[in-house]
Parts: sequence; structure tokens; C-alpha cells
Amino acid sequence: MKEKNNIHFERRKYVLGGVATLVILIYIARLFALQLMSEDYKKNADSNAFLKRIQFPARGAITDRNGKLLVYNQPAYDIMIVMNEAEGIDTLDLCQSLGITKEWFDKRMSEIRDRKRNPGFSKYTQQIFMSQLSAEDFSSFQEKLFRFPGFYIQRRSIRQYNDEHAAHILGDVGEVGPKEIEADDYYQSGDYIGTQGVERSYEKQLRGVKGSEILLRDANGRIKGKYQNGKFDEAPVPGKNLTLSIDIELQALGERLMKGKLGSIVAIEPSTGEVLCLVSSPTYDPRLMVGRQRGKNHRQLSNDPMKPLLNRAISGRYPPGSTFKTSQGLTFLQEGIITPTGTRYPCSRGFRLGSLTVGCHGHPAPLPLVPAIATSCNGYFCWGLYHMMSNRQKYPTVQDAMTTWKDYMVSMGFGYPLGIDLPGENRGMIPNADYYDKNYKGSWNGVTIISIAIGQGEVCLTPLQIANLGATIANRGYFYTPHVVKEIQGEPLDTLYTTKRYTKVSPQNYEYIVEGMRHAVTGGTCRAANTSMYEVCGKTGTAQNRGHDHSAFMGFAPKDKPKIAVAVYVENGGFGAVFGVPIGALIMEQYINGKLSPESEAKAKAFENRSINYGTSSR
Amino acid sequence: MAKQEEHNGILRNLDWWTIVIYIALLGLGWMSVCGATYEFGQDVSLVSFSSRSGMQIIWIGTSLLLGALLLSIDERVYESFSYLIYGAFLLLLLATPFLARNVKGSMSWIDLGPLRVQPAEFAKFGTALCVARAMSMFELHLNRIRDLFIAAAIVVVPMVLIVMQKETGSALVYLSFFLMFYREGMSGSFLFVGVAAIFYFVVGIRFANAPLLDLPEVSMGKWVVFTAIWLFTTCMTYVYTRHRAPFWWMLGLGVFFTVSALLFAEYVLPFDVCWVQAAICAVCIISLLYLSLRERLTTYFYIAIFALGSIGFHYSVNYVVNDIMGDHQSKRIYVLLGIVDDPRGAGYNVNQACIAIGSGGLQGKGFLNGTQTKLKYVPEQETDFIFCTVGEEEGFVGCTTVLLLFLALILRLIHVAERQVYRFGRIYGYCVLSVFFFHVLVNVGMVLGMAPVIGIPLPFFSYGGSSLWGFTILLFILLRIDASRKRMKRRT
Repeated sequence: MKEKNNIHFERRKYVLGGVATLVILIYIARLFALQLMSEDYKKNADSNAFLKRIQFPARGAITDRNGKLLVYNQPAYDIMIVMNEAEGIDTLDLCQSLGITKEWFDKRMSEIRDRKRNPGFSKYTQQIFMSQLSAEDFSSFQEKLFRFPGFYIQRRSIRQYNDEHAAHILGDVGEVGPKEIEADDYYQSGDYIGTQGVERSYEKQLRGVKGSEILLRDANGRIKGKYQNGKFDEAPVPGKNLTLSIDIELQALGERLMKGKLGSIVAIEPSTGEVLCLVSSPTYDPRLMVGRQRGKNHRQLSNDPMKPLLNRAISGRYPPGSTFKTSQGLTFLQEGIITPTGTRYPCSRGFRLGSLTVGCHGHPAPLPLVPAIATSCNGYFCWGLYHMMSNRQKYPTVQDAMTTWKDYMVSMGFGYPLGIDLPGENRGMIPNADYYDKNYKGSWNGVTIISIAIGQGEVCLTPLQIANLGATIANRGYFYTPHVVKEIQGEPLDTLYTTKRYTKVSPQNYEYIVEGMRHAVTGGTCRAANTSMYEVCGKTGTAQNRGHDHSAFMGFAPKDKPKIAVAVYVENGGFGAVFGVPIGALIMEQYINGKLSPESEAKAKAFENRSINYGTSSR
Repeated sequence: MAKQEEHNGILRNLDWWTIVIYIALLGLGWMSVCGATYEFGQDVSLVSFSSRSGMQIIWIGTSLLLGALLLSIDERVYESFSYLIYGAFLLLLLATPFLARNVKGSMSWIDLGPLRVQPAEFAKFGTALCVARAMSMFELHLNRIRDLFIAAAIVVVPMVLIVMQKETGSALVYLSFFLMFYREGMSGSFLFVGVAAIFYFVVGIRFANAPLLDLPEVSMGKWVVFTAIWLFTTCMTYVYTRHRAPFWWMLGLGVFFTVSALLFAEYVLPFDVCWVQAAICAVCIISLLYLSLRERLTTYFYIAIFALGSIGFHYSVNYVVNDIMGDHQSKRIYVLLGIVDDPRGAGYNVNQACIAIGSGGLQGKGFLNGTQTKLKYVPEQETDFIFCTVGEEEGFVGCTTVLLLFLALILRLIHVAERQVYRFGRIYGYCVLSVFFFHVLVNVGMVLGMAPVIGIPLPFFSYGGSSLWGFTILLFILLRIDASRKRMKRRT
């Protein structure tokens, strides 16, 4: 019985062996699923153990055309906190050392802990407690840092400006928004990006390339060193330095002269298209846009009814007034509507046709092109446009004539953005045949649109386009696309800025316009700009608008081998001769001579103190 | 002269297969301890005694010496001193909580000079020797309840003492002796009841709130448990009696009502089909009780008791987990069963273990290259969770190798145990292999997230002298007994 039992039970060894085999096979199957079927565990492990720490490159510095440093980086300090180490510190002492209130401290701590606002929160890792402390604030806190375990300092760099000028050109940097992060995966939340000016248009050059370190992080979030001794680390590439074409002295003078006035001054070096100054008034101190007060200051500026944040020099669109007559003379000459000396148009205190009158001031008439420019005769240019639009031998329809006219204008850089290397350029307005067909339902002719001949009506230019017109005349028929950056460290400029753009008008025709503008200075509307030091050419503009006339000036000097072309536009400044001419003259003198004579300096002082009352309504 | 001959005989009859597997596992184990304790950038040599990998070399070396020593002791010593050894261990276990110092809540470690030992690890071989001796000496036959009771008592006493040291994991290991009991004639129904209880527990709680088919408010857990009780009962009727009619009736009617109820609820009128399953169970129980009276067959009675007990167990488990246990304890159970996801809390260890193993891939990251274990993401990585290091650094290939080595060891030990002519040797052999099997089953299952987190070491892998010595003693006493089996044959 017992033996039989044992034989019966001996079979149970197969049961036990089978169970053991089955268990091991199940475990192997489970291992198969864990290790070979899913990549998730691998990813989980990497995100567990590897901490990719970004190393930020230094942003490029910015200098003016003479090498004067304008923008550089300055260290700022973020105070970081590791929550689980910071327990039991003396909060009152901390608040006193940092100059904050207990309420602010409590509020900040709960903000940090709130995972909705701060999704990356961990008790064991550094969280930003206060950001962008200045060096002084930081150094006084650093002495007491040992008293506050769990508090750390993180250095980062912020933009610093040497002086208060050229805010619109330099622009600023701010934290990236969600859209920018989506558009370019270079950026991560908390990164900085240029938001205005060259900081924005040259963001890619200025920012450099971020580097990274792969660190090993243990289960408590502590860093345990570099992965494979830094084999996979990448060093950051510093940003490239920019040299602006701006002469900061000139820019400073321009800003001084425009104090208390709305408008802008644009100066261009005709031979290169380099912008020498780009003043938009009112302006603001770029230093307001840095550091802890940035948000508050930005809000204040954007609520100002005078719109100091608007860059009027490239974003403002104004009727060019009489400065535009130069472009008309060029067009009529090239199209053979007028001859330089043969064509004389009458002007009996204006252009009169039927019931239409475009007024003009008293001057000898009839007159040819050169004195017409010098005296800024409205009648001459109205007749010219009228003859062009109604010339049915040359143009089968008025639409064809208009299209021809528009093509001339576009070739001179009007009607489209010129392509300056700053964000926010306006295209201005040059009407075309379609535009009039739509607005006048097809029934229009040269008379209907006559005011465009004198830079009124539908025509609008930006101050930059007016200055560029001056540069084109100075060059006798071509221009380089205006640009504010002269050099990028270790990288050529965009070919857009090194390629000549010719207008549709031949150089010899420009000589008559130059002559007219020279006459305007020596004996016409721009006499105030005349000087014995060099030959100035100029053209005033007095643009009618709903309020008081705008005062404009466009000119260049010297007449031969011009060094500077300038446009001045003062909103509601009255006659061109009142503000435009003298300001333009001072700008030319400063740039050509490198300084102002004592008389000019006195004049500049006077202008600095002349302000125009614009009321309080939004501009 | 005779001694020399005897010595040669021992070496010739030694089971070298087991030795080879043992050495291979020790080698792989040492590599894993290196991987688990190495720190990136560490300049301390792996064999330096100031590192854990260096210390493990000492444990391995002393284990080999210990093994050689045990082989040279006459096997009759183990047999005759088995009661003494067992008694001594019982006293030691009894005294341990008073001598021990608190290590993470456990009172099982005693300081012996520079060493720290865990008596519970050594008590296993004492218990194994004692139970083998008692069963062979008194010719205990475990298909008799009284004999089973005596054998079980020898096992349960040290188990209770270890529970008192707050070392539940080590105590549970003693349950593995029931595998040996099964081999020695204990009714399989005891094991079956245990497995059934685990099944009811897991399914009943895991799927308590999962709907059956798309019937709302029908608990799938409850339905499956009742269906299982009916099926188990029916099958037991088939296995344990010669009567076929009751079996066919229970099966046929059960299937008919189960299917009809499901179809009715699905297509005609939804209702709680669990009641139908409960009713089927009730009818089966009443029929079985009636049959036991009519046929005067206690088997029917026991089967009915099993069914009733199953129902009672199911309800009491739900009651205990939901109403008696604290939130903390019931949460651990929920996490274990995958009802609640809690990667930061109770589920952290197992989740990190799965990440570490899963990230190893086919071939692993290479020796000393695992990141999860080096950076301490896996807790207890050089002891209870050492298998993570194998998974991360040696990959699927390494894990499979280790598991197959363990399987080979267990199957080899079955073979070794079965070839013993003397019952003492066979029982002792089954004790050894059962202990190994239980450790691998629970430890690897825990690391793979398939078994509850019970802190017991993986033999030959987990860092530490006590467990390594404990396993070595268990194994080498068996090898010595096995090596002299021919001499025993002569003796009998």
C-alpha cells in the first residue's frame, strides 16, 4: 500500500516541475513584453535620468557706425528656491533682505507650488523665486545667502543700453510667446527673443546657438555629473555682433531737434543706402524695457496717446506734399511730356481748369521745370500730370497713362515697403488705375486725380520713402535698399542691401531736378538751408491735411558726390520752411562737419525748446 | 586510508551539474551587485572592500569555503543533529526580537561583531532538516490529516516567530514547504483551495466595478467568482467521486441557465445576472448536501463545504478590504491589482522597476551602464530589486539566461531529490528546491509587477552575507546527502 502510494505520489514531481517551468515561461513572456514590445519604458528611463541643461549663448552686441557700443549684455540674477531644502527659514529676515513683504512672499510661494501655473514644479529642483535682480540688489543679498538654505542664485544676462537714443531702431527683447515657440522649435518657454527693431530683424544672428549639457539626475532630482563625461554636450555658439549704419551722434541730435514735436527725421548715405539716423518722435528710453519694470513701463508707453512706441519713420504714412514734385518732374521728362527748358506752363496763382483750381503762391509765370521746382509751383506739375493723363497719342486710355505713372512711382520705391531691415515697415500708398476705376466707377480723368501731382490726395509715403527719394536724386537715378545694419560679424549683408535698384528715369533727367533743388536752396523755398560750406540741394513740402499743415523737407548735400540725403517730417509744423528746412540743414551740418558751429548749436537749442501743441487726443 | 577513499567517493558522486549552475548564478549575481552599487564616476575599484561589490566577493568566497566544509561533514551528523539544530534555531528566533536592533521597522538583524546576520535566513535549513527527519523517522504520511498536522506544526512554529520579528516576507517563505508536503502525499486539494482563494481574491476585487458585457450595474468580478465556484464544485465532483450523473446534471443545468440568463439580460430585459449564478451555486450546494446524506459519502459534504466557504470568502474579502482595512492598506492592494494608478506613491517601486527593466531592451545597456539603477530610481536595488539591474544592463538575453538557470537548478534538484533512496534525503531535497522556487517566484514576480511587493531576496543575486550563506548551506547539505546516497544504499 505504502509503496503503491509512493509510486502514485512520485508522479507529482511532474506536476511540480511543470508548474516551475510554466512560471518561468510566464515571466519570460512578461519580460518579452516589457523589454522588446514597448519603447515607452526606454523613453521613461531617459526622461528619468537625463537632464538636458541648456547653455545660453551671449547675445551679440550692437555698435553704431563709428564703433560706439550701444547695446551689450549685463549679468542679472535670478533667485532660485528648492522647496524641500528651504523649510524652516526665517521668512521675516528673508523678506527684509530682499525688500519684499510677507504677503508677496506667501503669494509667490503658492504660485510656485501651483502646478497649473508652474507645470514643471518639483520640491527637489530649483524654481525661480525672483527674477532679474540688479547687481547691487544681488550683492547685498548674497552676503546673507548662507542664512537661507534652499536659496540659490542663477546668473543670466539681460540687455543693457549705453544711452537713451535710438530705441525704435534697437528694439528690445522679451520672453517668447506660445506662437513663437510653435513657429520655431529652437525656442522653449522662458527663452528671450527680439520683439522690436534690429533685435527682432536680426534675431537669428544675435541670438547665437544654444548649447546643451546632458546631466545625470538621481531619483531625488540631484545632479550626479555629466553623462559620459560630456561626450554628448554641445558648447553654445555666441551671437554675432552687429554694427549699425546709424551715427549715434546724429541720431541724438535728431532726437533733440524733434523734442516736443511729432514726426521723424531719416538720413541716408546715398552711395550705400545706409541709414544714418532714423528718428521717430516722440521716442522713449530703451532702458525702460529692461528688467523687472519692463511690463509696467511697456503698458504705460502703449497707453500714451502720442504713441511713442510707433516708429513713425517707417510706419507712419503721410502726404509727401511738394517733395513729391521732384518725382513728377522726373516722370514727365522721361515720358517726353515736358522738355527741360522748352516746356513752360502757366500759373496764375495756381492751376485753373474749368471750375477746378489748385492754388499756388505768387511767382513769375509761365516758367520751365527748374524754377518750377525751385519755387515749388503747383500749376506746373498739375499741368504736367494733366497733359500726361490726357495724351491719347501716347496712352490709348487714361488707365494706360495711370499704369505708366504708377510704374514710375514704384520704380522710385513708393507704394511697396522698401525692405528696410526693421519690422513694421508701411508700404505707403500709390494709387493705380484699378483704384480709381473702383472709386470713381470708371469715370475719371487727369483732372479728377490732379492733386497727386503735388503729393496730395491719395498719395502717401513714409518718411523713409521720402528720404530714399532724396537719396535716389542724389545718386542720379538709383538707390540701395535702405538698411540700418552696416555689418554683421562674420557674415555678409543680405544682397538686397548691396544691389543697386535703378528707377525708370535716366540719369541725365535727374540733373534738371538736382538743378531745381539747388535753386530752391540758393533762391527758392529752402533758402534757410543755404550754407557756404557745401552745396545743399533741397525741396520743401507743405502737406495739407485735416488739421494744420505738415512741414516737410527733403534734401541732400553736397550736390556732387553727396554724403547725406535727409527727409524731415514734422506733423502740423506748417510751411516746410518753418521746421523742415532748418532741421534738415542742422542734420546735414552735423553729419558732414561732424559737429555744429556755435550759431547752429544755438539754433538747435532753440528748436529743442520749440514744441507744437497737439492737444490730448490720440494720434 | 578509508577516510581518503571516502573523500574521493564524495567528490566522484557529487552532483557537478548543480555546482556548475550554482557557480554561474554566483558570477552573474556578483556582476549585478556591481551594477547596482556602482556610481558613475566612481574611482573605487570594484573589488575594493570599501565597496559593496568588494564585500560581496568576501561573501561569495566565504560561501564557497562554507560549502566545502559542509561537504566534508558526514551526512549522518545532519540527520542526527537535526532536532538539536531546529531547537537551537527556535530559541534564537525567539530571542532575536530582544537582541535585534531596529532596521527599517524589522527586528530580525543581530549584530555579531562586525557582522550583521539574520537568523531567519538560517532557520530555513534547520526547519528543513527537522521536518525531513521527523517525517522519515515517524513515517508520517501526509494523506492522513493527523500526520499532516504534525509536519505543518514543525513549519508553522518558526514562521510565527519570524512574523513576530516583523519580517512577514521571510515568514511567508516557509509556506513553500507545502510544495514538499504535496509531493509527500498531502492532498492536492489543499493547494487547490489556496490557488482558488487567490483567484477569488484577485478577480473579485480587481473586477468588482467592471461591468459584465454591456450590462450596467452587473459586477463582472462577482459574476466570474460565482461562475468559478460553480465550475470548481462541478469539476471536484468529477474528480473526487465515481458518480457521473450528479456531475452531468450540475454541468448541464448550470450551462443552460448561465447562457439563458446572459441572453435574456442582453436582448430582452437587463437584470443582475449575478443572482442567477448565485442561485446555480445554491442549487449545487443543496444537491451536494442531499447527495451526501443519501449516498452516505462525506466527499459530497466536503465539496459542499468548499463551495460554501468560497462564497463566504468572497464576501468577507470584499468586506475586509473595503470596510475594515485602513485607506493606506487597501490602497496598496488596489495599486497591486492595477485598479489604482499611483506611480508616485505605493506603485512607485514597481513602476520604476518596470522602467528599469523595460529600458534594457534585447541586449541591455551593458555592464555598469544602467542609468536607472545607478541613479537610485529603483529602491532596494542591490537587495530585493536586484533583478532590475540584470534587466537594465543585460537586457532580455540576460534575464532569460538567469531565469533559465534558476529553472535548470530547480529541475535538477527535483531529479536529485527523486534519486534519493532514503526518504530523509528526498524530503530534504524537496524542501530546498521549494524554497528556491518560492524565492524566485515571488521576487521576480514582484519586480515584474506580477506579484505583491514582498521583501525577500533573489537567491545568489541579492547583496548580503546572511541570505547567501543561508542558500549555500541549504544547497550543500543536500549535495552532501546526495553524494553519499550509494553508501546509504549499502547501509540499508
